[in-house]
Amino acid sequence: MPAIAEKNVRWVKHPKLSLAEQIYLPTIAQGMVTTISHLVKTLTGTNSIQTQQYPEQKPSLPPHYRGVHRLNRDEQGRVKCVSCYMCSTACPANCIDIVAAPSPWPDREKYPELFVIDELRCIYCGMCEQACPVDAIELTTIFDLTGMSREDMMFDKEKLLSVFDQTVAMGTDPVRTKGGRLSVAAEPAGSGLTTSSSAQS
Amino acid sequence: MLFDLIPFSFLVTIVTIGIVFGAVLTAVGYSTLLERKVSAWVQDRVGPNRTGFDLGQPWLSFLKGFFGLGQPLADGVKFLLKEDVVPGHVDRVFYFLAPMIAVGTALLAMAVVSFGDTPVAPVLHSSSEGGLKAQRMFPATKTELAAMKNGTNIQEVRDGAKSYESLTTIKFAIAPNVDIGFLFVFAVGGLAVYGIVLGGWSSNNKYSLLGSLRSSAQVISYEIPMGLSVLGVLVMVGSLNLERIVDWQARHGWLVAYQPLACLLFLISIFAECNRLPFDLPECEQELVGGYHTEYSSMKFALFFLGEYTHMITTSFLMAALFLGGWNLPFVTDALKAVPEGFPDFGYLICCAVKAAIFCGKMGFIIGLFMVVRWTILRFKFNQLMSLAWKAMMPLGVLSLVGVAASRQFIEPDYAKLIFQFLWSFASLLLVGVASLMLPGEPQRVPVNLLRGRAPSASSSPELSAKAW
Ligand code: SF4
Ligand code: SF4
Repeated sequence: MPAIAEKNVRWVKHPKLSLAEQIYLPTIAQGMVTTISHLVKTLTGTNSIQTQQYPEQKPSLPPHYRGVHRLNRDEQGRVKCVSCYMCSTACPANCIDIVAAPSPWPDREKYPELFVIDELRCIYCGMCEQACPVDAIELTTIFDLTGMSREDMMFDKEKLLSVFDQTVAMGTDPVRTKGGRLSVAAEPAGSGLTTSSSAQS
Repeated sequence: MLFDLIPFSFLVTIVTIGIVFGAVLTAVGYSTLLERKVSAWVQDRVGPNRTGFDLGQPWLSFLKGFFGLGQPLADGVKFLLKEDVVPGHVDRVFYFLAPMIAVGTALLAMAVVSFGDTPVAPVLHSSSEGGLKAQRMFPATKTELAAMKNGTNIQEVRDGAKSYESLTTIKFAIAPNVDIGFLFVFAVGGLAVYGIVLGGWSSNNKYSLLGSLRSSAQVISYEIPMGLSVLGVLVMVGSLNLERIVDWQARHGWLVAYQPLACLLFLISIFAECNRLPFDLPECEQELVGGYHTEYSSMKFALFFLGEYTHMITTSFLMAALFLGGWNLPFVTDALKAVPEGFPDFGYLICCAVKAAIFCGKMGFIIGLFMVVRWTILRFKFNQLMSLAWKAMMPLGVLSLVGVAASRQFIEPDYAKLIFQFLWSFASLLLVGVASLMLPGEPQRVPVNLLRGRAPSASSSPELSAKAW
């Protein structure tokens, strides 16, 4: 039994070349005109060069870009995370370390005493973001992450919260939260669409 | 004194070699930069523009990022400092030898190529030149040429010359007036393929081997049209000596006008010889990783690179000398004829500089052509490569040679030769084009699974042959 049935085979003919094409030279000359016109246009600055002069000129990335993480704050400036371990469970790279502690605030049971993400191990898949029930962890558009040592790249809670402050100040919030105002899933119960899970939004 | 034992001409040659070596290596470096810049410009990009020189002087601060002029230097330093990985499975002797051959042959070919106005040796044993005495040596400088015309033995002139005062003219080639001229370049250039073949073979890697096999087949095929195209030059000028060819063109006009077809064939052949796109099958990244240099790293890879670009420069100089008139430029060099020759004269230096600039400008033009063509024509398939060489360029080469020979033998004034050659070249192109249109195309490919359980060949199967056009 042939893998392809004969009736499904369509024979494609080589296009017949004209004499000019067969001699190559006229068509090559045509091609050279295109090439050189681009060259001349670039040199005289009459066409739009797409190159961004990177360190001086930052790219504007779409809000769903998956860069460095941030830990969101709620309206009172506290860390939003409730230490549910959903993100570290979902993380395929096992790079989230959380130490939970009883919450000092009455509206939740736990809060993260320690929250460390190894940014070098992270594969920036965004699974943590999807798993989080309270939209506490998010990936931002910051992409040019550098550090002098491996320890530098272990982002702890303070660092991650400072990324939040930084991105709010820059106005480059990720998709789900705008200006620090959290999305529906994090809103107090009874205020509306609390049943829709954040993973679907 | 020991110094007296060393002939002065020897010292001059050593210095010339040093200068040529330095100049070629610098030119290679900057042609890699130009390559990147041209690719960027053609693709509407900017190209390298950051690496520059920070000399600590405020008024030189524009050099910091100026056109990325520091890029070749930075590349060189990077290549030198990179780890040199030698895979365990290579044949070490040939593995180390291959890059040396590649770069050595390319540089060796540079020896006979001149880049300025070199003296032309008079024809020996010729009564028309006033019965010059045959000598064992050829003049290397104009001083020696003058001495030869006076009937002095060059050897004596050379032996007598012991100081820089005797050096009155600039020597523009390491070995000027080599009578086998461009034959030497081809012979040495043909050796360059050994670097590639050995590199591929000793790497013990199928990609490298395939790349080097392709390269050898390609170079062998394209050497034939190349040889045929320069045979025309030999017929026309009657000499392989590059200086004499340039001199002929100074008197009669550029050979590109006399043999446009041969010039075209030569141009295409040097593209193939230098493994440039559209003929860069030996190292096509999409199929062969890196081709013959897949297993090379660090400075060894850089040597291959160096060899390739040196080859480009050499062949461009050769093309400029053979077909584009060398240092001649109508009107400009005619105006320079009145300038007296000899060192103390300032005008002579200007004259030399202008001629060298013209020569190098022509070389640069061809290098630029290399780069623009790279972004214009797609890479050929291997069968197309071969059929271009054997079915199109070989017949064209023969036709062009016939035309040149006929015009040399039967057609007298130069302008008639020009017209005849133009028409002949055009007709030959058309003829070969029409002929190749009538050749049978590629055989129809039949999927293997359609043939299973059927007649053994596609042509004997009635249904399939009905479908095959
Ligand atoms: S982005 Fe992916 S890999 Fe990185 S921390 Fe989140 S879940 Fe883990
Ligand atoms: S999933 Fe969200 S709330 Fe749960 S531990 Fe992670 S960041 Fe905190």
